[in-house]
Amino acid sequence: MSEYNFAYLDEQTKRMIRRAILKGLAIPGYQVPFASREMPMPYGWGTGGVQVSAAALTPDDTLKVIDQGADDTTNAVSIRKFFQRTAGVATTEETEQASIIQTRHRIPEATLREDQILVYQVPIPEPLRFLEPRETETRKMHSLEEYGLMHVKLYEDISQHGQIATSYAYPVKVEGRYVMDPSPIPKFDNPKLEMAAIQLFGAGREQRIYAVPPYTQVVSLDFEDYPFEPTKADHACDLCAAADSYLDEVIMDDAGGRMFVCSDTDYCRSRRAAGHVGRLGTEAPLSTGPEAA
Amino acid sequence: MHPLLQVNNIRKMYGARIGCTDVSFDLFPGEVMGIVGESGSGKSTLLNCLAGHLDTDGGEVIFDTRDRGPVDTLTMSEPERRMLGRTDWAFVHQHARDGLRMSVSAGGNIGERLMAVGGRHYGDIRASAVDWLDRVEIEENRVDDRPSAFSGGMQQRLQIARNLVTGPRLVFMDEPTGGLDVSVQARLLDLLRGLVREMGLSAIIVTHDLAVVRLLADRLMVMKSGHVVETGLTDQVLDDPQHAYTQLLVSSVLQV
Repeated sequence: MSEYNFAYLDEQTKRMIRRAILKGLAIPGYQVPFASREMPMPYGWGTGGVQVSAAALTPDDTLKVIDQGADDTTNAVSIRKFFQRTAGVATTEETEQASIIQTRHRIPEATLREDQILVYQVPIPEPLRFLEPRETETRKMHSLEEYGLMHVKLYEDISQHGQIATSYAYPVKVEGRYVMDPSPIPKFDNPKLEMAAIQLFGAGREQRIYAVPPYTQVVSLDFEDYPFEPTKADHACDLCAAADSYLDEVIMDDAGGRMFVCSDTDYCRSRRAAGHVGRLGTEAPLSTGPEAA
Repeated sequence: MHPLLQVNNIRKMYGARIGCTDVSFDLFPGEVMGIVGESGSGKSTLLNCLAGHLDTDGGEVIFDTRDRGPVDTLTMSEPERRMLGRTDWAFVHQHARDGLRMSVSAGGNIGERLMAVGGRHYGDIRASAVDWLDRVEIEENRVDDRPSAFSGGMQQRLQIARNLVTGPRLVFMDEPTGGLDVSVQARLLDLLRGLVREMGLSAIIVTHDLAVVRLLADRLMVMKSGHVVETGLTDQVLDDPQHAYTQLLVSSVLQV
């Protein structure tokens, strides 16, 4: 690929982003400002995640890109193709095989290892944004550890809905210091934030990078009498019968027919290959992919 | 007795113009101090300087903290001052909208200070929110309503509840009855007087309404053009004003 520098960005930009990543890893949960570049895709499509991935990629890496857990949706396919073209790296759909996984809105079901990096696409990195619109004020609140306002939001949830109704982008406290927005992952994934892999978060439009190093303590905020609960649809996957994975609800017809399937397509495929069959599944995995049903 | 707050030679300039200058006084525990004066006399500037909302150009504000004794709040670190601002200090704004979170329910507004100092039990927070609504005469079933659904007087009472929930020792009030009609004012003053006596609060009240200080304040300070022109016991100053400006101020009150 002589038309592009490796992984699209020039080397100076990648150095700048790597410095931001290292700073982020040194101060878990702290939002490091960086000079976000224009990328050949619109904001909201993962420009932050793409820049972080570009800075972290080496020619030996194997890349996996998922969007809402799926490898085959528009966003995931576009970004995967982008790096195939500009970096020429190997790509895979198998979580096990990947060394860098860029994700939008999910953490893969398979347990990640120390030699893997998980890159999140983040739309709004500031967990306090909708409570306090002033950036100067939120920065001050972070630096002085004034996080009472975050609990006001949870209080409002309980007083209006009888429970903590925040179900995604659920705020967490990292290593007892910074309150962090884990990007819009479902709160079902929050317990998985304490993992062996490196987690990097990139917000392109907001120009922030933050990180959670391996084995870092990540605590979901809650009240003593309303403890944090990861939730999912109360079903098993209709294709692979997994009872422990996060599910998507798919409407089948106009008569109320619906099915629940794993949102992590690779997890579902590998379970079906191992012989698990759900309520609506077929015996042998289809070669066209897990979404064929 | 040791003063709760000692103010020494506070000075604030807006460029070449004087905001307020040479202001000194002591405030003792349980004492209510009134600051009166016309618009532009520097009374709000002074209050904001004392509360740490404005940078001063000189002087000391020494507060008798619980753990470290008398400390100059103007030179203390910002985290300490902000901590003071949500525990031992309270600030009641003239416009309730400035002091409330309009998009958060009444209960959340009252609970914010509790959560800011580490309250993490929903049931307890809600119980004290309901208790405080009752103490400021707002019905319990309004606890989940937003302040935007409240009348002006109720918003002001909610703001007071939100400030007093952590049991502060010093309350700054900037025209707490401004913009309210007279019957609502009377009710609010009655409530404030009760709370101040019951909780043993010290308070500094800025107002241009002499009736308010007559009812609430033990001592009075009269300001004009950034200077303090007269101080003394409230009744003494109002009944026997010495300075020409104070005489003008007292005689300007309309008798019904």
